[in-house]
Parts: sequence; structure tokens; C-alpha cells
Amino acid sequence: MDIYTELILDHYKNPRNYGEIKNFDSYAKEYNPICGDEVEIYLKLEKDKIEEIKFLGKGCVISQASASILTEICKNKKLKDVVDLDKNFILKILKVDLNPNRVKCALLPLKALKIAIYKKLGKDEEKRD
Amino acid sequence: MKRLNVKKIKKDFPIFNRKIKGKEIVYLDSAATSQKPYIVIEKLKEFYEYFNSNVHRAIHTLSYEATQLFEETRKEVAKFINARPEEIIFLKNCTEAINLVANSLAFSFFERKNNIVTTIMEHHSNLVPWYLLKKRFGIDVKYVDINDQGLLKYGDFEKYCNKKTKLIALTHSSNMLGTINDIKRVKEISEKYGSLILIDGAQSVPHFKVNVKKIDCDFLAFSAHKMLGPTGVGILYGKKEFLEKMEPFLGGGEMIKEVELNKIEWNELPYKFEAGTPNFADVAAFKYAIEYLKKVKMENVRKNDERLVRYCIKRFSEIKNLEIYGPLNYKKRSGLISFNLKGIHAHDVSQILDYDGIAIRSGHHCTMPLHRRLNIQASCRASFYIYNQKEDVDKLVEGLIKIEKKFKI
Repeated sequence: MDIYTELILDHYKNPRNYGEIKNFDSYAKEYNPICGDEVEIYLKLEKDKIEEIKFLGKGCVISQASASILTEICKNKKLKDVVDLDKNFILKILKVDLNPNRVKCALLPLKALKIAIYKKLGKDEEKRD
Repeated sequence: MKRLNVKKIKKDFPIFNRKIKGKEIVYLDSAATSQKPYIVIEKLKEFYEYFNSNVHRAIHTLSYEATQLFEETRKEVAKFINARPEEIIFLKNCTEAINLVANSLAFSFFERKNNIVTTIMEHHSNLVPWYLLKKRFGIDVKYVDINDQGLLKYGDFEKYCNKKTKLIALTHSSNMLGTINDIKRVKEISEKYGSLILIDGAQSVPHFKVNVKKIDCDFLAFSAHKMLGPTGVGILYGKKEFLEKMEPFLGGGEMIKEVELNKIEWNELPYKFEAGTPNFADVAAFKYAIEYLKKVKMENVRKNDERLVRYCIKRFSEIKNLEIYGPLNYKKRSGLISFNLKGIHAHDVSQILDYDGIAIRSGHHCTMPLHRRLNIQASCRASFYIYNQKEDVDKLVEGLIKIEKKFKI
């Protein structure tokens, strides 16, 4: 299937929540050296909720569109709900079937987001594939 | 010199009967691996159907015939590059060939104070083995830089080489920039210091005539699968005088003459460097790949590459946001061209081209230091071979123009 849908191209060309938060509560950067995809997540938290979320990044359409869609969805969400998100969730919100090699691109923003949250929660995120 | 009849040649390659997503295959990834003519596939099948037996070991007929076929290929390879059969070693791939030289030279000739000179444009297979030598034995490694045209800064060889330089390892033809390097010029520098020269011929031997006596290299590594042959066959050429003095790389059966528990006599060349059961079936079939190339004539292979790369560069100039890497002079480059559409990631370009049946490669092409040097994350690469024609370039360009419109950055 053509993964370059209107939804994905829209989020790539017009990323939502793009930018940094100057006085952030937590931050994480994830980078894939094989292809050069990069996503930085900035979080502002209110108790156990994500009050504000922004991202910076560069790379392929899938990684950047995924970041844009993810940040839109996670605004105002509870931290404990976000850390449970997984690959199936990402594929659902992207609404496309991805080859295994593109799934990695799609999951990059989620990985960064989880690491940012765990940093705040003081735990160590196990680096899972 | 006749022009290649590509339409006729294509009929010899069964894979082009296939369709990808309903479209005809436009295969522009021969630098990664080449397609195979029917005769090579048929001869591999025939080997297993009629001749299959382990080589060199037994007295019986099958083994004798299998050994003949195996050694015949060795003779053909030797003739192809103007070497002697005992100077041709069969390995798994080109990478293994380079690793053999690295390890064997380290065991035999290198001392801690020695250094190796290589270049920033090398494939990882001609970088990582030297890095390992540095890590394991403390041997220093220097990297010759490129200029903004993607040509080597030959002055760097003078800068880095000295009496302690035991080896210069460089590619004949870059798998990313397409740059064809002037081996003769580097050889002249190496002679001043008595350094050996190892050439990575992975992209050169399949694409133009390489005569080891003419370029006078001490080692040449290349692989069968990039020149119409099967996978699993790498070739190392080494000058007899050095191979004779070098310690073996891998140890096992075949490479020994006599084994006692505390004393082993190595086998003669080339077997000293061929431990264990060789990939005899694929080696036997490889002979027919060489014969096919000889029939087509290497001058014609080169001319076809030149035509296509020249045409491709011309058509690429129509696309505003397209950046080409490497020399723009088609005479200075081999039949491949790496590029980027500015603002669009290489993976996205190759994904969308795939919807039209066009196969290019995208990523870092096992040249991460080179990409870092060029300040890019990744690149697209289109590579040509004897079954490509101008229409393939046209389809590629059409596809790229479509992608630009779709993304409208």
C-alpha cells in the first residue's frame, strides 16, 4: 500500500507542536544512525499529566509525521497512560501498514517520549527494540 | 567496438520477466548485487544435478570432475585479471578477502610502529579491518581526504606515507561517489616507501578491464556476485612473492600439507589460504559469468556505463533540487551516481520509486565516514550495468520529478 497518505504527508509538511520548550520539565533525544532520523521531545508536566509537548526533528516522512501525530494525541494525557503505548498504537494512529524496516522510523518518537517520561519518573527505560 | 545490445542482453536475464507491483523492473542497484544470466543459474543447477562432490579429496569420478570445474574457474579468473592461478584465492566475499590481507599481514609483517594509509571514501569493508588492527595491535591508520569534486587529494598520500607505511589500502572505484582512483599515481608514491598496495576492486573489476600487472597492485579483492556470478564467492589476488611469505588467515582442512600435534606444514598456494570446504558449486558456476562478460567485452561494459551515467547527469540537471555527489565528469566516474533530493529523505525517495518498480538503494551505502565528510545523513544511489538502457534513466527521472511534486517542499 502507498504509505504516503494525505494524513501522513500533511503532518510531514505541516508538523504540529514543532518547536522547543525553553523551561521544560523533561527532554529526550533519540537518533537512528543507520538512516539519520532524529527526534527530540520536550515536555512540560502538570502533576501526572502532560501539560505541553513539543518536538524537534529531521529525517524521513514516517518518523517526522509519527512525531507530529503522537504529540497531538499525547497532549493532556496522563503519564501512566502514555508509557503503556506500543507499536500497535503507533500503526493505528498512522493508519498505514508498514514494512518492518519502516516500523523503526515510526517508533522513534514514541521511544523518545517514553525516555523523557521515565527520566522524570526517575526510572531507567530498558532499551527495547 | 559495438554498442551493447541491451534489449537482447536483457532477454538472457530471467528476473526481468517478473513484475513489481504490476510494473516492469527497473533495476538500478547492481552496485549492491548484479542480476544473473540464465546460463549461470543453469550451470549452478547442473553442478548439483550431475557433478556434485567435494573437491580435492577423493579418487572417485564425481570428485575428479567437480575438482576440474572448480579449478577451471580459478584459471578463468586468473586470465581475466592477468594473474597466475596460484595467485587466485577463493573466499566468501570481497570483505573476507580484505580481512585476510589485514590479518595475515598483521601476523607476518607488521610491527607496532607501522602505519597504514587508506581514504575517507572507503567502504566499511576497507575501513573496519584496519580499525581492528589499530585496536588490536596499535598500528596507526591515516585517511586521505577528498576534494569538493569527490576526487582524492593525492597530496595527502605524500603527507601521510613514510618509511613506516606498510600498506596503502584504497578502492579502485568508489561505491558511493563513483570516483575512479588513479592507482598508478598512488603506486608511484608507495614505491618510494616500499609500501604494499591493496586495491578494493568490488566496483571496478565488474565494470572495466583490470590488469593486475598493469596497475601493479600487490593485492586485489573483488566478488563474483557483483559481476553476474553467484553469491558466496569472493576473490583475492595476491602477488605470489608475498602470499608465499604470509601466514595463513583461517586454519583447518585443505590448507595443510601435513599435520602433527605440534608441527604443521602449510599447503602450497593458493590452498594455504583456502581453509575448509570451499563454495565449490558457486565457484564452478562463476566461470560462466566471466565467459558472459568476455563475450560482451569489458570495453563495451564500460562504454555502456559511461553513456548511461553521462545521460543521467544531464537529465538530473533538469531537477532543481537534486544534488549529485562525486565528479560530474562522466569519464572520471564509474557507472553509478549517488544523489539527494533536497528536503526529502533518501528512504522516502526509494520507497516511492519502488511503487513504480524502480529499485535504487538508499542509506549510507556502508560509507558512514564519507557521508559524515559530505555532511549528509544518507543518500540515494542509482547504479547501472549491462542490462540498463537510457529508458531506465528516463523512468528514474520521471519518478523523481513526481516525488518532488508530491512533497512540494
